Amino acid sequence: MTAVIEFDAVGRTYPGPPPVAALHPADLVVESGQYVAVVGPSGSGKSTFLNLVGLLDVPSTGHYRLDGIDAGELSENHRAALRGRRIGFVFQAFHLLPHRTALENVMLGMLYQGVPRAERQDRALAALTEVRLAHRLLALPSQMSGGERQRVAVARALVNEPSLLLCDEPTGNLDTVTAEAVLELFHGLHARGMTLVMVTHNDDVAERADRIVTIRDGRLEERR
Amino acid sequence: MNKGEGLVDPSRFTPRDLGSEALAGVLQRPGRAALTALGTVVGVATFVIVLGLTATVGGQISSRFTVLGATEVQIEDTSVDAELDGPAFPPDAATRVQAINGVVRAGVYWSAGERTVNSRPLADTADTDAFPIVAASPGAVTAMHPVVAHGRLFDDFHDRSAERVALLGAAMAARLGIQRLDTHPAVFVGGVPLTVVGILGDAERHAELLLSVVVPERTVERLWGPPGSGQPTKMIVETRLGAAAVVASQLAAALRPDAPDRLKVTAPPDPRSLRDSVATDLNSLFLVLALVCLGVGMVGIANTTFVAVLERTGEIGLRRSFGARGSHIAAQFLLESAILGTMGGLIGTCVGTLSVVAIAAARHWTAVVEPWTVLPAPLLGTVTGLIAGLYPAMRAARVQPVEALQR
Ligand SMILES: Nc1ncnc2c1ncn2[C@@H]1O[C@H](COP(=O)(O)OP(=O)(O)OP(=O)(O)O)[C@@H](O)[C@H]1O
Ligand SMILES: [Mg+2]
Repeated sequence: MTAVIEFDAVGRTYPGPPPVAALHPADLVVESGQYVAVVGPSGSGKSTFLNLVGLLDVPSTGHYRLDGIDAGELSENHRAALRGRRIGFVFQAFHLLPHRTALENVMLGMLYQGVPRAERQDRALAALTEVRLAHRLLALPSQMSGGERQRVAVARALVNEPSLLLCDEPTGNLDTVTAEAVLELFHGLHARGMTLVMVTHNDDVAERADRIVTIRDGRLEERR
Repeated sequence: MNKGEGLVDPSRFTPRDLGSEALAGVLQRPGRAALTALGTVVGVATFVIVLGLTATVGGQISSRFTVLGATEVQIEDTSVDAELDGPAFPPDAATRVQAINGVVRAGVYWSAGERTVNSRPLADTADTDAFPIVAASPGAVTAMHPVVAHGRLFDDFHDRSAERVALLGAAMAARLGIQRLDTHPAVFVGGVPLTVVGILGDAERHAELLLSVVVPERTVERLWGPPGSGQPTKMIVETRLGAAAVVASQLAAALRPDAPDRLKVTAPPDPRSLRDSVATDLNSLFLVLALVCLGVGMVGIANTTFVAVLERTGEIGLRRSFGARGSHIAAQFLLESAILGTMGGLIGTCVGTLSVVAIAAARHWTAVVEPWTVLPAPLLGTVTGLIAGLYPAMRAARVQPVEALQR
């Protein structure tokens, strides 16, 4: 087993005033292919943790290695490149561009990766087929249901074949039935070896993961 | 390079992708784009109209002046008492002037007072009107370029032998009942019969000829004597096109080397300087106006782009999560505002050019739109857009992905 995420005393303090220790220094190793759920009350530091893992934010202390690469030694531009190449993001708010079709939204995921234009459409088509949306290629976000929108977002996150999928409350905006379909999708991905880190409020959702990590007042703890 | 950076494939954003993303960004809100570009449209259109109208009016002025005015030099006698100072011009004045390079023809003329004019010899002089008599050498008459309606102008032979001939304006001829010249009609000027050899239809720059009887100078001298006081002799010199100023500077010395100050030489205004003065007046006023419009357009584009950056913060964060660098984001917003400016520039150029053509057509002018004003005009819009986009693009580049994605 190879480690995808290695946290070595990684902590994040938002400079105040007053300074907020959103994540106390924590150690954590996530192996390739694992499915990790992150739970905790509101304001406990879950998003802070996920932003650090996703290279969207820089730790105040400690070292973070992604796929063995020490992110702390990278320049801002290299961090952006690593993020785009190796991490797929799924957000609670979907973040689809409203004026682009499902296919175009998925193609956007490859925009900064040097994928030849001719290849992008084929890969986007394959990703949308994988999330069972091959029949909605030309639909605009406004013409799709919440579940469909989130599946487009998942397809977009997968299209670069990342080593890690980060989801912040991916079912937070969905009703139970639709949420179930999206969760099924994640399970399928996990079954095929995708590494998943998912923030959730829902204990039932967390129970299905391999590991559960709790964060309470910025302190990270492994529950299972 | 730090350890690890070699393992990371840098992100890319090809010019083609940049172009299509920026274009999509502009076109996703076409109505707003059109309104935003409006200020630039007005600015660039004003610019093209100002320069186009200046060129058109300038061309109009020069085409009018080059025909007659620009080739006509007038010489007047400044002497207060011509009888005391002697004649202003030497007897061989025309010959001397002809010797100057650039002179086409020249001649003296003066107004020889008013005399009664009748078509019948025995008319009652009491109830006939007096009309001005103009004494003119054949060269002077020709240089005035009257339009000959009937007959012809008198010539050197008539002048040399002091023939009793005259030219009449069309209005005078009609009043005297002279319609045709094949019967060799005569007019009686102060009782002296003069044969009418020609009727003048028009004389654009010397309309006074139309209400006068024009008689060869030597005929006048023989009949009524040399020019008296209050009847200053003048000279008209026709030059080749463009030679008027040079000729004018030599005339006084050539005619009166002994007393060049006695003659006042009036050269036509240089059409080029006239056109330039019109151009500078118009330019400085309206180009300021055009710049103001462009400034307003710039603020408009800057504002719209800035609002777009705020509205699309989520999109910026999303692009950063795909691996976009800050510079990629900045380039996209900069290009979007440059596209807005260029669109405004293109439309403004069309509007401006059409306006110049329409105004010229309404005034029966020849529209002159110089390529050097039309071709770079859309670029003016591009530059406006680029400058307007600088600050918003910088702000967009500094948007932190974490904050952008929080919602
Ligand atoms: N940019 C910031 N500056 C200062 N404090 C911040 C900032 N972002 C978050 N915090 C604080 O850090 C703590 C952790 O925030 P975080 O967003 O990680 O919580 P969370 O667990 O994701 O909450 P939720 O479940 O509501 O999304 C909170 O107390 C929050 O107020
Ligand atoms: Mg959160």
